[in-house]
Amino acid sequence: MEAHSMPYYGGRAPETGLAVYTQKVGMWVFLCSEVMFFTGLIGSYIILRFGASETWPQPGEILNIPITAINTFILICSSVTMVKAFAASEMGDKRGTRLFTLATAVIGATFLGVQIYEYSELLGHGFGPWSGLYGSTFFTMTGFHGFHVFAGVVCMTWATVKAFRGGYDNGNYQGLEVLGLYWHFVDLVWIILFTIVYLI
Amino acid sequence: MDSTERLHETTGAVAVEAHARDHAHPRYLLVWLWLALLTAAEVAVVWFTALPKSWVVVALLIMAVWKAALVALYFMHLRFEPLRVAVLASSPLPLAVLLVMTVLQEYR
Repeated sequence: MEAHSMPYYGGRAPETGLAVYTQKVGMWVFLCSEVMFFTGLIGSYIILRFGASETWPQPGEILNIPITAINTFILICSSVTMVKAFAASEMGDKRGTRLFTLATAVIGATFLGVQIYEYSELLGHGFGPWSGLYGSTFFTMTGFHGFHVFAGVVCMTWATVKAFRGGYDNGNYQGLEVLGLYWHFVDLVWIILFTIVYLI
Repeated sequence: MDSTERLHETTGAVAVEAHARDHAHPRYLLVWLWLALLTAAEVAVVWFTALPKSWVVVALLIMAVWKAALVALYFMHLRFEPLRVAVLASSPLPLAVLLVMTVLQEYR
């Protein structure tokens, strides 16, 4: 049997050592580095907050918890549509793949829109990155997360175009799965940030 | 490694991956419902309870970890991946704890 008769696998051979394909391993390694990046931010936040617990604002005193809770729910919904897009692609459901990738991009953009609204409201009330430790840590953490969402939305837009062109048809779902890992990670980070920054 | 050996390794990896995928589509909407309920519970704990602050913090952290675990296990499919992938994915967690604890010691 010749090597060219190997089963189709997204045009690339899987990484045999971990029994998963190379792109997925690469994404997991990248996400490991991202964990350390956000740990640095969250760790700094915890330490700074310990040092200024007397003057730290109470939950809801400055930040809008209801809107952010809804935004958290929006991001959770985008994770569902993302994983449904991957599942649809894997099962050969072309219509579902296109619908759910489009929905993920739109819902992700909605999250960003709400965050921009939140920022504009806060800045309008004079609360900005220059507003002491609370302001600088808040805008740094949520800003870096927002940048990650923005990058995800750009990638999802590209993936949506690719899906509508049939790029994920015929079992070629690996790219969507790898992108999904990133998207879910961004959701996971927000779950932690929402709790630590807004609720505690 | 000749082409036949390479083929065997490759098909073996595909078979492992395919085997994992047999279990890879849990009820995503059920997970979504849990995430939504836990988010609502978090807000409720902050707003509608008169619990001591320390209890509220512990409850919030438990729910946050619970939600993060649901996302990692079911949406990122860690529950259905080979153990080696789960080990790779969780490898930064001890380092993250170490980083925070070390800096906390420095702060004190």
